[in-house]
Amino acid sequence: MVALTAFCVVLALAPLTSIVLTAVRLGGTAVVHPSFYTSLPPLGCNPSPGYACPLGGIGPEIQGTFIMMGLGALIAVPIGILAGVYLAEYGRNRLGRAISFFADVMTGIPTIILGVFVFVLFIYIYHDAALSALSGGVALGVIMIPIVTRASEEALRSVPTSVREAALALGFPRHRVSVRVVLGSARSALITGVLLAASRAMGDTAALLLTAGGSSFYFSSFTTQTAAITPFIFVNFGSSYQNLRTDAWGASLVLLAIMLGISLVARLAVRGHADAAGAA
Amino acid sequence: MAVKVETVGLNAWYGRRQALYDISLGIEEGSVTAIIGPSGCGKSTFLRCLNRLHEETPGSRVDGTIRLDGEDLGKKDVVSVRFRVGMVFQRPSPFPNMSVFENVAAGLRLLGVRRRHELDQGVVEALELAGLWDEVKDTLDAPGTSLSGGQQQRLCIARALAVRPEVLLMDEPCSALDPIATNKIEALIHHLKTRYTVVIVTHNLAQAVRVADTTAFFYLGKLVEMGPTDQIFHAPREKLTENYVTGRFG
Repeated sequence: MVALTAFCVVLALAPLTSIVLTAVRLGGTAVVHPSFYTSLPPLGCNPSPGYACPLGGIGPEIQGTFIMMGLGALIAVPIGILAGVYLAEYGRNRLGRAISFFADVMTGIPTIILGVFVFVLFIYIYHDAALSALSGGVALGVIMIPIVTRASEEALRSVPTSVREAALALGFPRHRVSVRVVLGSARSALITGVLLAASRAMGDTAALLLTAGGSSFYFSSFTTQTAAITPFIFVNFGSSYQNLRTDAWGASLVLLAIMLGISLVARLAVRGHADAAGAA
Repeated sequence: MAVKVETVGLNAWYGRRQALYDISLGIEEGSVTAIIGPSGCGKSTFLRCLNRLHEETPGSRVDGTIRLDGEDLGKKDVVSVRFRVGMVFQRPSPFPNMSVFENVAAGLRLLGVRRRHELDQGVVEALELAGLWDEVKDTLDAPGTSLSGGQQQRLCIARALAVRPEVLLMDEPCSALDPIATNKIEALIHHLKTRYTVVIVTHNLAQAVRVADTTAFFYLGKLVEMGPTDQIFHAPREKLTENYVTGRFG
């Protein structure tokens, strides 16, 4: 039995290991160059005797990804946290349960559908920016909202009733109990939820393909097409040009590293939370 | 002594379940009153009615009158009631996101105190009154939750005292503490009654004898008997009280 479970663990970890090893093997040569993080993507090229292709970089893609993720977070964090406050503090009724259910369903909707929705929405209300950083940011925001909502709800529910009652008994008006005491007490769990939502949004490809458009240049405005890492990988990993394929693998490695970084920060935040709770 | 808190025909419900039946009693100013009774007898509910915390529970209801210095608390703004009637809970409940200093300052800030030296002064006074100052004066910036259980409970007492309430409600304040911490809190209660009216709910009959001037015995949501602690424990008028204080049930 132990052998079987251990074998399954190996099977479960094999794809992840393989992904990392492949990305390192095929993209490792790109990411070791500092200019890879700042240069524009190169023109497609295959090496020929006596001529090495320019490697270029994914500077605009990294920048665009963070800009759109930031915009998404700007939209999703306040909405998601306030919705989470409502669910945790006032949502013990049919409406609350309905919103929770709706948020769960939204978390599971394929992001390509959310991308289509945001794209069509922009066609109607802001036609010129249908393919833009703004549209991409909104799409990422829509992806993040339900995740942040549910994470906030869970985080706030984990704050003991005794802390809420102590604040009420001290004379805090009810809304300030939520904001000043409960949100504050759940801070690290909230940060974790937001980071995980950001990480999920950052790794999304389908919605960005439909909303951000594409660009080979650095960000110029919120209403023009903007580069991002995942569409770059999508477009270039099957390219007939070797240097673009190498860059796509390098971009994969960078994306993995960023997401690993976000997960580590989220874990550290949870640990901080556990320490505070453990001392209580 | 004058009556500080008075309840007249107080009834309380959780949903359809009635938890208190027609409680009428008076609590004297500058005294310690213990509320005793078996689990589920309504003693905590009674305490929570006195600062109108009971009404925060979804589905709860109260009727009857509670007066503080003759004023009907039901007609007053709930926040102002809670500034006048402070409360300490069974489990120490420092705000986890605040330091020792900020925990005590929280109530003062609510009252609108902004100047740093006024905050400092209020925090030091409250911590001294709660007998905690010497133990935490060097760690005011540490999280409130980093203190020991007994210290956390005294921090909560300091937090409640900082806003200078007139009445202090204590809901089994020692039930989660070891005997040494319990001794400290009891000594503190003795000290506090010179300035405050204290109402304490306790499961521990010996504690009621040690700290209370007056004791009220509740059973199944009704007030069975109330009188000087000595009389309740040594010459109760009601058979039910006698059975409870002699340990025949409970």
